[in-house]
Amino acid sequence: MLPISPSYLLYYLPLIIAIALVFGGTRHENTKLIVQHALQTGRWITGFMGIIFIVVCILNWLL
Amino acid sequence: MDGQKRDSRATNKKPQMKADSENTILVDGERIDLRNRALAALLAWLVPGAGHFYQRRYAKSILFLVCILSAWVLGFALGGGHVVYASWVPGDKRWHYVLQAGMGGAALPALIQANLIKKATDPKTGVTSDDYEPYWGGFMAPPLRPVRESEADEVSAWYARRGAGYEMGTWYTVIAGLLNILVIYDAYGGPLSVPISGRKKESGDKPKDENSEKAAT
Repeated sequence: MLPISPSYLLYYLPLIIAIALVFGGTRHENTKLIVQHALQTGRWITGFMGIIFIVVCILNWLL
Repeated sequence: MDGQKRDSRATNKKPQMKADSENTILVDGERIDLRNRALAALLAWLVPGAGHFYQRRYAKSILFLVCILSAWVLGFALGGGHVVYASWVPGDKRWHYVLQAGMGGAALPALIQANLIKKATDPKTGVTSDDYEPYWGGFMAPPLRPVRESEADEVSAWYARRGAGYEMGTWYTVIAGLLNILVIYDAYGGPLSVPISGRKKESGDKPKDENSEKAAT
């Protein structure tokens, strides 16, 4: 289904961790709130990417 | 003046942050002295987290340093050390560097290398002279001129050697630079406001807190 090796998806992990933590860190001062915000951001971005992935897979299957 | 702006914004929406004085703000119940904001921003640009360290926001300083520097170093390694360079010649307009420059000090050697190759390249023919030798073993040095998309050159050799790693490395370093811009803003003006989506949820959870905070302002 994927034209690339699934191991390429591992590139996503360090990036999403860095982005989510920096996003959280630049919106709060309290460590607990930073982590909460980071988890929320990570979940949101992953969900969004997941939806795009599914759409692309469907388009690939249809065309 | 800046403080007044913050307060008026806070009364309209959720008062996440209130200004105490020009350089002291209250965020998440914590009082933060931003000290010399311009200096903090400059330090944050030079080294990720250095501005926060100067402001004694040590936890955030370490968080930013680790996150951003990790993305930068990882990107650099994935791209074989050639993903960060400054170049603006026909065939090789490296616009990525504009975003990578958000990393400040870590991206500055590229400008020195760009200046060196410019001196060693004939402006008429666009060919780099044979006696050109980049500094530091070619660290952040642009590719030899000319760079033509239709021909095999140094850039295509880098792509061939690293494959997808070159692209990934470029994006990692670009994202690190962009993230540091957020950090610079945080050092200068304190945390950004919470996005509208998050604010709605929070106000739904804690209506009493919001009212009491509004009354206080």
